[in-house]
Amino acid sequence: MAYAIETDNLTKKFSDLTAVDNVSLKVNEGEIFGLLGPNGAGKTTLISMLVTLKKPTSGTAKVNGFDIHKNPDGVRKSIGIIFQDPSLDEELTAFENLELHAAMYGISKAEREKRIIEVIETVELKDRLNTVVKTFSGGMRRRLEIARALLHYPKVLFLDEPTIGLDPQTRKHVWDYIKKLKEEHGITILLTTHYMDEADSLCDRIAIIDQGKVIVLDSGKALKDSLGGDTLKIETNQAEKLQNALKGMKGVKDTKILEGRLQLRVEFGEKKILEVVEAAKKNNIEILSVGLHKPTIDDVFLHYTGKTIREETLSGKDQMRMRRKAWGHKR
Amino acid sequence: MSHELLAIYFLWKREMIRFLRSKSRIIGSLAMPFFFLAILGTGLSGAMKLPGMNGNYLEFITPGILGMVLLFGSMFLGISVIIDRQFGFLKETLIAPVKRTTLVIGKTLGNSTAAVIQGILMLLLSVFLGVTIQLQDILFTILLMFLISSAFVCLGIAIASKLEDMHGFQLIMNFLMMPMFFLSGALFPLTSAPQIIQTIAYFDPMLYAVEALRFSLLGYSSMPILISVSILIAFFIATTFLAAYFFNRIES
Repeated sequence: MAYAIETDNLTKKFSDLTAVDNVSLKVNEGEIFGLLGPNGAGKTTLISMLVTLKKPTSGTAKVNGFDIHKNPDGVRKSIGIIFQDPSLDEELTAFENLELHAAMYGISKAEREKRIIEVIETVELKDRLNTVVKTFSGGMRRRLEIARALLHYPKVLFLDEPTIGLDPQTRKHVWDYIKKLKEEHGITILLTTHYMDEADSLCDRIAIIDQGKVIVLDSGKALKDSLGGDTLKIETNQAEKLQNALKGMKGVKDTKILEGRLQLRVEFGEKKILEVVEAAKKNNIEILSVGLHKPTIDDVFLHYTGKTIREETLSGKDQMRMRRKAWGHKR
Repeated sequence: MSHELLAIYFLWKREMIRFLRSKSRIIGSLAMPFFFLAILGTGLSGAMKLPGMNGNYLEFITPGILGMVLLFGSMFLGISVIIDRQFGFLKETLIAPVKRTTLVIGKTLGNSTAAVIQGILMLLLSVFLGVTIQLQDILFTILLMFLISSAFVCLGIAIASKLEDMHGFQLIMNFLMMPMFFLSGALFPLTSAPQIIQTIAYFDPMLYAVEALRFSLLGYSSMPILISVSILIAFFIATTFLAAYFFNRIES
């Protein structure tokens, strides 16, 4: 099977810091692949190399079969990208932004207008086509950027923090578009995010990346399963007695009493609840309540990196600073 | 139309749309030259008579002020690459499957067209103030204005490719553009300046711009038109290479 993206020991060093450290990844055609990591983990640098904006220090990569060193133009023609920071010309209308993009990708005049209508309908912005972008909300700008990235029918779409700074409702909306792109157009999507729920609900596979290295890579479900199952929290007046009764039970990996509650680590928690309740009945132990906790990607991240991702909300000033840092200021 | 030409045309169109939509900027850019002409020019018109001046003072400085409009307008527009960078739009163009040189050409053509339009508006303004212009050849004048603008837009792009943000623009304005303007003989004939100033002025590309403009608008200049235009062409070629060189090195 051909890979949409294939990196081979891709590395990027800045003077005193290795932003991307020997990353070798294979992204299948038609999948949504997530790079999950905290700010500064090297996600944007990795994408910048794949889209030919930055040159790697060592290693190489292929995008849609084109080598990023040997055939950057081939790469550029096969990809669409939505940057972390806005990249529209605010003083132009939506149509003018799209028209300029189409021209730079060599799309002929007749085809241009057809496609503009097509992509603007996909993101439901047709009624704003001739409005200056300055007046658009954050969510509308994001949608216009998605439309623009689709204009030249890319094979691979890069989305760098596609929902950063958007309100929850708009985020959900953007997720729906991303899913639609995969389902209806079969586009391969590589997205970076530091939102756990985003990675979990959108991505077929997730690579957790920290300090420039890929720590672990698998489907969201497999990652969660790798933590060794679910946790049952049982509230009862006879916690110790129940603990002794359940200790030998098949599928119970670990038992401990925390704050008067019995905690069990088990596989297939939903099924285990029944067995636990039955065992309690047999031993005449009254159970007051049972709570089932499924592992989340947060737990996975904590497990593999030893830290939690800070879901920071940045002030406007911080965002400006980040943007400036992120973009071409070698200091 | 070839792909790169198509891109150049639409990059040019983008600059035109931006220019025509910013009416306040157009008016703002014409305010200073207007005051130079209307106050300095008319105020000194009766009093100033220096060797090297054929007509009155207002008439003498008109080509110089036109040069100022082209210099300031073009440099500012060239440096606007920084604004594109701050608004993220630069990345969108850098990632497109076109040559970097194509981006420089599109930007230069668009911005020099904008600067030339500013220049033409300023000339109309000067006629309104009573300046008698003896236009030698309208096509030559417009081409000359294009040559001067393109050279300074390229210089602006080259500088912008190295600048961090718009704060640096003040430095460029005070330490590069202002001396270039004052040394150009725009406001007084250089023959009446000390020898040292005259010598330094020979290194000022604006000197040749003002000389050529004066010839094309008034029919006289202290330097043969062939020499001033040749030097301007050389300057244009040099800044084009500078712009292409530095722009090619952004972020790679």
